[in-house]
Amino acid sequence: MEERKYEFGLDSFMAVTVGPDGEPIGGDQVVRDTVEEGVLAEEVGIDSFNVGEHYRDDMMDSAAPVVLAAIAGRTERIRLGTSVTVLSTQDPVRLYNNFATLDAVSAGRAQLILGRGSAVESFPLFGYDLRDYEDIFEEKLELFVKLLRGGTITWSGKYRPPLTDVVLTPPLPAGNLPTWVGSGGSPESVVRAARYGLPLMLAVIGGRPERFRPLVDLYRRALAEYGHPTDLPVGLHTLGYVAATDEEAIETQWPHWLQTFDRAARERGWRQPTRAQFDAETAHGAMFVGSPETVAQRIAPVMRALDVDRIDLHYALGQVPAGKRRASIEFLGRQVFPRVRELLRADPGEREAGSPASGDVASPVRATHAPAAR
Amino acid sequence: MSGAHDERRLGSDGAAAANDVAATQRVGIIGAGKLGMTLARAAMAAGYAVAVASSGPAERLALSVDVLAPGAVASTVQDVAESADVIVLAAPVHRFRELPCDLFDGKILIDAMNYWPDTDGEDPELAAADGGSSVVVQAHFPGARVVKSLNQLGYHELDDYPRAAGAPDRIAVAAVGDDRLAVRTVMHVIDRLGFDPVDGGPLAKGKLLEPDGSPYAETLSAEALARRLSSL
Repeated sequence: MEERKYEFGLDSFMAVTVGPDGEPIGGDQVVRDTVEEGVLAEEVGIDSFNVGEHYRDDMMDSAAPVVLAAIAGRTERIRLGTSVTVLSTQDPVRLYNNFATLDAVSAGRAQLILGRGSAVESFPLFGYDLRDYEDIFEEKLELFVKLLRGGTITWSGKYRPPLTDVVLTPPLPAGNLPTWVGSGGSPESVVRAARYGLPLMLAVIGGRPERFRPLVDLYRRALAEYGHPTDLPVGLHTLGYVAATDEEAIETQWPHWLQTFDRAARERGWRQPTRAQFDAETAHGAMFVGSPETVAQRIAPVMRALDVDRIDLHYALGQVPAGKRRASIEFLGRQVFPRVRELLRADPGEREAGSPASGDVASPVRATHAPAAR
Repeated sequence: MSGAHDERRLGSDGAAAANDVAATQRVGIIGAGKLGMTLARAAMAAGYAVAVASSGPAERLALSVDVLAPGAVASTVQDVAESADVIVLAAPVHRFRELPCDLFDGKILIDAMNYWPDTDGEDPELAAADGGSSVVVQAHFPGARVVKSLNQLGYHELDDYPRAAGAPDRIAVAAVGDDRLAVRTVMHVIDRLGFDPVDGGPLAKGKLLEPDGSPYAETLSAEALARRLSSL
């Protein structure tokens, strides 16, 4: 039996970190640090490096393809993608241009996760109405999938000017832009991913990740219903931080977790974060914080329980200083992920007895979605 | 303590009212997102007949309901409005005005929606409502018996915290509304769902249960929640 392929990736929102004096460093330095982190990720054997999309003063990830192209120029193997692109407020044509170019620059290493956006500051910034949140995404996803298939495009919709006999450039070699749909757990977005035959990336940033298992089942049943192969990959985005010891990891991450969630609570109506909540999140929730062995022992059972093929770990939350972020990357690449592979090889979970049968109807974009091969 | 399962606390309207309060059999849920599906699951577990509707066609919803709230029925908004004894509105708040004003005439309507400008977009009418968003919802559905409740906890909490009556770690859910019998009926539903119901007073007190309101998103005992609400 062929061994199951997993993808172990990193996510960065390019948080503004603090320098040795405890003060936030310059945004331009954050951008350069991120490029170095991407290069380091390849050195330590990580499969993919993925950058988010925000437009706010504590995160510098407003132009992912530029940062990814810089990393591409200094790496050879690592896949380069987004931890979520807010498709709703992007022009799908421009997105294609950027990522087809990134794919060319990186010789076929570009990938994407498309979402409606959890942080929605891009709506007012680019002149979109949040009340169109659902409709915009549906229309733009439909268009983007069409663009991925290539050829001569004729299309019209509500949220961008029509396209008539347009051929986009640079051409994308068939199967070279893995495109996933990101979901924060809304059943509607899970079913939508299945409808388009696109792989699913579940973002879990609080509570027990195992809670999302019914959504994985829903995804696979919906794939079958829409006539797509039922073994398209599913991934998990979650939060973590690794240091030499549990204590060091927890005490380093805690104040930055508090600051990040305190701000999010005020902005988004979440409850005020507490130490008890942080402890619960690190013990059995969506924060994989600790020594390499502790974090590996948290990740493997969650991947098994959710039956996922990919995990993207946001490897340090908030203002954790650059040096400690780099250490977290090194631990993840050299120790945590190899250990998780070992644990999953020893006990792969329910799909050990053979993958579910693929449907007969091949999705036209399916070939583009295999997780990174090792 | 404050549980509506204690029939003696149901008030002075007598046995007929008490029967009415306890008579809910069919719970309808409008909105099939994270909250709607969690409530559907909780209502099934509590032994209700549950129907779920969303803005799309019922066929498209059927699979999600089947997987995420087994036993519940995927339905249409119209059918839910007609057949349910108690209806929970769990749609995105920026969309409730798309529903006809007379849709819920005479029905008990639990408004479980929250208004967050950051995710819903600016809504001047909701932002200006001194008594909270449910007052605006009531004005849109003048014939509905609106009760604001089930909006204060995240779907994680609603999933994790249902407990049998009397359990020491049972948490509270408040309900406010101007139709007092409707409030008591909703309190009975809350109790059956596994939470201690707390009567928070008239609908305009609902502002206290919203984002930025003090007990919002906190898991509190009935006693602590009642104390908190009366101190505000």
